[in-house]
Amino acid sequence: MNPRKGGVSRREFVAGGLVVGFSMLDGELVPRLFAQAATSAAPSPKRLESWLHILPDGSVQVFTGKLEIGMGVDTALTQIVAEELDLSPSRVKFVFGDTSTTVDQGGVGGSTSVSQGSRPLRNVAAAARAALLQRASQRLGVPVEQLQVKDGVISAGTKRITYGEIATALAAEQDLKVTGAGFALNVDGGAKPKDPAGYTVVGTSVPRIDMAPKILGTYKYVTDVRVPGMLHGRVIRPAGVGASVVSVDDSAARSIAGYVKTVVDKDFVGVVCENEWAAVKAARAVKVTWSAPLRAFPEQKDLYSYMRAAKPKATRQIPKTGDVDAALATAAKTIDARYDVPFQSHATMGPGCGVADVKPDGVTTVWSGGQKPHALQKGYAQLLGVPADRVRVVWMQDAGSYGRPGFEDAGADAVLLSKAVGRPVRVQWMRHDMTAWGAKGPACVYDLAGAIDAQGNVTGVRFVSRAFSGGAILFLPDAAGNYLGAQLTGIKNTTGVDEFADWGGAAPNYRFQNLDASSHVLAEFHDVASPLRSTHLRDPEGPATSFAVESFIDELAAAAGVDPLALRLKHIEEPRAKYALQAAADKYGWDTRVSPKPKTADHLVTGRGIALGVRNGTYVGTIAEVEVNRASGVVKVTRLVCSHDCGLIVNPDALKSTIAANLIQSLGRTTKEEVMFDRSTVTSVDWNSYKVARASDVPAVVDIVLINRKELPPGGAGEPSSRATAAAIANAVFDATGVRIRQIPLSPEKVKAALA
Amino acid sequence: MAAVTLTVNGKAHRVDVDPDCPLLYVLRDTLELNNPRFGCGLGQCGACTVLVENRAVRSCSLPVSRVTGANAKNVITIEGLAANGRPHPVQQAFIDEQAFQCGYCLNGWVLTAKALLDTNPKPSDAEVRRACESLVCRCGSHTRIFSAVQRAVTAKNTAVKA
Repeated sequence: MNPRKGGVSRREFVAGGLVVGFSMLDGELVPRLFAQAATSAAPSPKRLESWLHILPDGSVQVFTGKLEIGMGVDTALTQIVAEELDLSPSRVKFVFGDTSTTVDQGGVGGSTSVSQGSRPLRNVAAAARAALLQRASQRLGVPVEQLQVKDGVISAGTKRITYGEIATALAAEQDLKVTGAGFALNVDGGAKPKDPAGYTVVGTSVPRIDMAPKILGTYKYVTDVRVPGMLHGRVIRPAGVGASVVSVDDSAARSIAGYVKTVVDKDFVGVVCENEWAAVKAARAVKVTWSAPLRAFPEQKDLYSYMRAAKPKATRQIPKTGDVDAALATAAKTIDARYDVPFQSHATMGPGCGVADVKPDGVTTVWSGGQKPHALQKGYAQLLGVPADRVRVVWMQDAGSYGRPGFEDAGADAVLLSKAVGRPVRVQWMRHDMTAWGAKGPACVYDLAGAIDAQGNVTGVRFVSRAFSGGAILFLPDAAGNYLGAQLTGIKNTTGVDEFADWGGAAPNYRFQNLDASSHVLAEFHDVASPLRSTHLRDPEGPATSFAVESFIDELAAAAGVDPLALRLKHIEEPRAKYALQAAADKYGWDTRVSPKPKTADHLVTGRGIALGVRNGTYVGTIAEVEVNRASGVVKVTRLVCSHDCGLIVNPDALKSTIAANLIQSLGRTTKEEVMFDRSTVTSVDWNSYKVARASDVPAVVDIVLINRKELPPGGAGEPSSRATAAAIANAVFDATGVRIRQIPLSPEKVKAALA
Repeated sequence: MAAVTLTVNGKAHRVDVDPDCPLLYVLRDTLELNNPRFGCGLGQCGACTVLVENRAVRSCSLPVSRVTGANAKNVITIEGLAANGRPHPVQQAFIDEQAFQCGYCLNGWVLTAKALLDTNPKPSDAEVRRACESLVCRCGSHTRIFSAVQRAVTAKNTAVKA
């Protein structure tokens, strides 16, 4: 029973203790062979062997519940382990996110993979190095303090021994001390990790381990999984929210060569065929008669007024400072502003894919690109009605996921279809399955008021947010009701949480003498199988809330007659935030002055805007330069500058690449992206109706300023640089035109109307 | 269903497929050439791009009959770009720039760049963007991608001079 070609199963692997010698893995995961492997619960975090093995050739095999979703985390973790073990990165190999061979670290999310997820790996590597040195000391008869290590060779003078030579001789050592769980899981083996001052691998631009294989075409994505006997499935979604199956007629599909079955379970409908093209055709040929969908959604044009009028289901207030009512009542000048952000789609590049092999006895393997394999294991087990340890979820990379896009649901669809036909089934979502029916980033609206005294000081701010919950579909997909397909079979979503678009959390924590900030969560339009159900989309609530707050700070600056950078520096306390803003301004060549620029009669006008992004200890200053066509309303972003302080930098080049990509993605979210819907369903279904950034939208110049803080631990970098883009662009449009756009996206129609 | 010959990466394959089946599914499911990827099935994103007679084509929207039988054409996928075990210079430029995030879209960008440079060895930045406007990179890797294309241009023109 070999789950890997030429390798050994984990059970064989762990049989002998701390570090076990076995034949070298060839490094390639072979999915078709995984299907034969037994399932089991995740290994215990208490055991060093659960995390790391040293192989006879002296290379290291690491097992982690973290994974790679496109931002180079796999490379960063490789560097961190290699650094701690004094090995070259090429000799450190990883297994990621396989529930039967890796510790449950909560999967990935929230820009925590390096900031939190690397800590146990660093500690484990330090513990393994200490154990190896101890052993080498005995073998060489040299005190540990006198030993040197270079690329896995331990030496003292002319005496030398390699990691590989002593690996098999090691016995199991003491258990690791375990603290926390999920993202915060940490272990400690008692060995002190290296002083970062001596790092030689961490902090260097090691080429990403996935990049050349991807470009050369040897990398395997989840979409490439082929299991013996595998069938192909497609799903057929309802005519709209709340529509039920009245009848299903598969007579036309039956004549398609390779057609196997149409599966109907209440309102879940899918087809299964011997090949993919047959499944595509069958999904079109099956005629489903649906009951009339509910008119559960408001008219799109009324969305924001609906949100402002709706009774909140939950409210949270941060402690009040001072008396905002009094500040507003006595102000020399007050300003009010309302900001609106629509639902947005993950619109992942690959629309979603899952492969499931449900055996008759319930033993199941699922291959998924979802960000949280250990949670999926629990959720799929619940969906099947079997204990979690009967289900193995094997993570393989899908397209960039940006949160909880629906890869989780595609996996559940595969589980439902595989169970129904008794064979492995690969479900590939079509484009509309993702863009129309995938979960969405929530719509958010914000009402702000500000008081300015006679001297031009901002004396008070009131902030009120109203948003659908980014946790309605929980980011942790560990229950059956989390999945769209399961909801269509009648299973309720019981795990939703209220998630707030907070002042100070989802936007910078500016201090004012008088501050009153409250956040409301709105109930979903419909709590079962809604195409407008909301969940985590990259930096949940961050870009939206920062758009409102960072635009409003600009409005305050304009009303107070001060430079927008100067006002920010005055009201933010965190030194790193100030430093990041100033670093961006220096790079840009910020000209201190009041916005907007003096009015001209020019057809094309230019401007610049600045915004701050603060996210869990990462600080971003973003400056946008725009050219606005006053006749067409087209906003062209001509330059972006982004300063970025996420503490210690692990891989500068990979970090820059992720920041640059975040900037472009968030530029598209600012100027183009909006989920369209009618009273019953989502009508933006593809790349034409849901537009994202394209080549022509990309600024000619993108400058990134990395701020490296070697004295700090590494922080998060996956999302923070998404946060400030929208406000920077809107502020630049104001600077150019004197007109404030308070609604996302800043589409030509909207800008043109505002300028008229 | 009909048995036809499909030539991919210089190798002739006998395949028994529905003539209307998009080339993408034949490449992926029949020949297990997995790099052309399903992005939309609508020709809107380019994830499924292959070269047909050296032109970048959306394989999700191209019936296999258009490249087989009487219409037989040579199809190149990204697997077939490398020659003599060495990456194609365009691939190398994308590797050197570490151009992508998730990389799911990359067949479109790499093969469109290759086809562009074959007909226009020194494209301007505007010409590169125009050639790429119909492609999607959802992660937003565009700035690195454009740098990679210009790196490939430089490499190509340097090589020609040498």
